[in-house]
Amino acid sequence: MSLNYTKKTISHFLHPQNLGSVKNADACVSIGNMVCGDQLSFSIKVKDGIIKDIKFLSFGCASNIATASVLTERAKGITLAKAKSLKWEKIVEDLGGLPNQKIHCSILAVEGLKKVIAEYEAKHPVPLVKLVKKKSKK
Amino acid sequence: MKVYLDNAATTKIDPRVLAKMKPYYLRHYGNASSIHALGQENDLAIKACKAKIGQIFQANPDGLVFTSSATEANNFIIKGVMRANQEKGKHLIVSAIEHPCVLNSARELADEGYRVDYLPVDSDGLVKLDELEKMMKPETVLVSVMAVNNEIGVIQDIAKISELVHKKGAYFHTDAVQAIPYLNLDIKKLKIDFMSLSAHKFYGPLGAGLAFINPNIKIKPLIVGGGQENGLRAGTYNIPAIVGLTEALILSYKERTAYIKKVKALRDYFWTKIKQAIPEVYLNGSASKRTPNNLNIRFRRIEGEAILMDLSFKGIYVSTGSACSAQNLKVSATLKALGLDSADLNSNIRFSLGRYNTKAEIDYTVKCLKDTVKRLRQFTPIV
Repeated sequence: MSLNYTKKTISHFLHPQNLGSVKNADACVSIGNMVCGDQLSFSIKVKDGIIKDIKFLSFGCASNIATASVLTERAKGITLAKAKSLKWEKIVEDLGGLPNQKIHCSILAVEGLKKVIAEYEAKHPVPLVKLVKKKSKK
Repeated sequence: MKVYLDNAATTKIDPRVLAKMKPYYLRHYGNASSIHALGQENDLAIKACKAKIGQIFQANPDGLVFTSSATEANNFIIKGVMRANQEKGKHLIVSAIEHPCVLNSARELADEGYRVDYLPVDSDGLVKLDELEKMMKPETVLVSVMAVNNEIGVIQDIAKISELVHKKGAYFHTDAVQAIPYLNLDIKKLKIDFMSLSAHKFYGPLGAGLAFINPNIKIKPLIVGGGQENGLRAGTYNIPAIVGLTEALILSYKERTAYIKKVKALRDYFWTKIKQAIPEVYLNGSASKRTPNNLNIRFRRIEGEAILMDLSFKGIYVSTGSACSAQNLKVSATLKALGLDSADLNSNIRFSLGRYNTKAEIDYTVKCLKDTVKRLRQFTPIV
């Protein structure tokens, strides 16, 4: 099994960014499961449609930790709409590539981000007035 | 400091073994099947190797077949015996904790229409003898139970299993790859019909395996060609590998007593120190019926491969107790068979000690392991 990680992946594994849980989070979710050895938790703080803070917890391998770390770096400070359109390919690119059998880690991380945003949106429905305003602007 | 604790995966070759092999590359390079002197000298060398190995295991030298690996030996024996004895039946029994080369050989046979039953183990990792008795049928041809498990180092009661298998009229195979030199395997006394070994697990060269066969039982070759090994395994004799395997076996058994004493003391010290330094650690498999080189430990709430990688960056080389491959999300069959909680199946590390490990290395490993586990547990979502 070829499992050579890039320097960037190793660096994120050894020094993961945005670890932990966001205090007074607006949404938090868990994705993956322990049977597959691949579980992530994400929590976010949102203000004015922008991800102000995002943190993660991991039960997973080196690439699970690294992909979540790099994903949180990318997601922090961007709009929810932009975060939702984030592709796993971008995460792999950020890390300078991942071994084939570890690609699923990046997919799980991106799904986790989408899940936490969905959770946020379910809890914080956009008021009708705002929607009308947006439409009228067009 | 570099610490190699993956000796169950492979060992560093013994320089004395390498020295014995070298002339067979540089001077005695003849093909053992050639009729000229350079060839025939090697034919005699192979015969001498077989005689020496036969002595160690009380085995008939005519029943020794050199292969490229234990994987090949296991494939050869399991498929070869089942395919050659169809008039006797088409039923095969293998234990649930066999190496993938045995499990996948069995699966291949199942696809060909053979009936395969998997013998369960208890929570210690020992096969259930009463289950075996129930599983055996008049049409059972072969039973395969490994002598020592590769992941948890648990030792099976080969004598009892063999007795039961023969009482029921079947043949017995044991994969003894991890048993050298921990067990005294007297083939005659234990009535082992078939056995497999691999040289690189006991300080011999890679690419050198050995199949012990009972010459009175029919077996079909896996590899056909020029008729080497009495037509049972074709391919030019790998003379340096054969010489290396033989020398490694001789040395392993000659130095056995002192080595076992040393490795056991070191392993027990290691486990005591781990338990003192790290909370929530558990041993997988029987503590007493276990080879003295093996520790398979469960580190609750964190993932094995992350532990492995973190240790690797500190110069410590180990294996995960289970290889969860991304493609099929399969966890270790062995740990699953022990009945481990599904949440714990990916939190295991195998430490396999060997001849060259020192107390200083173990102390360094415990220190690093403590840091690694602490770091990973800081950000686990599992409570």
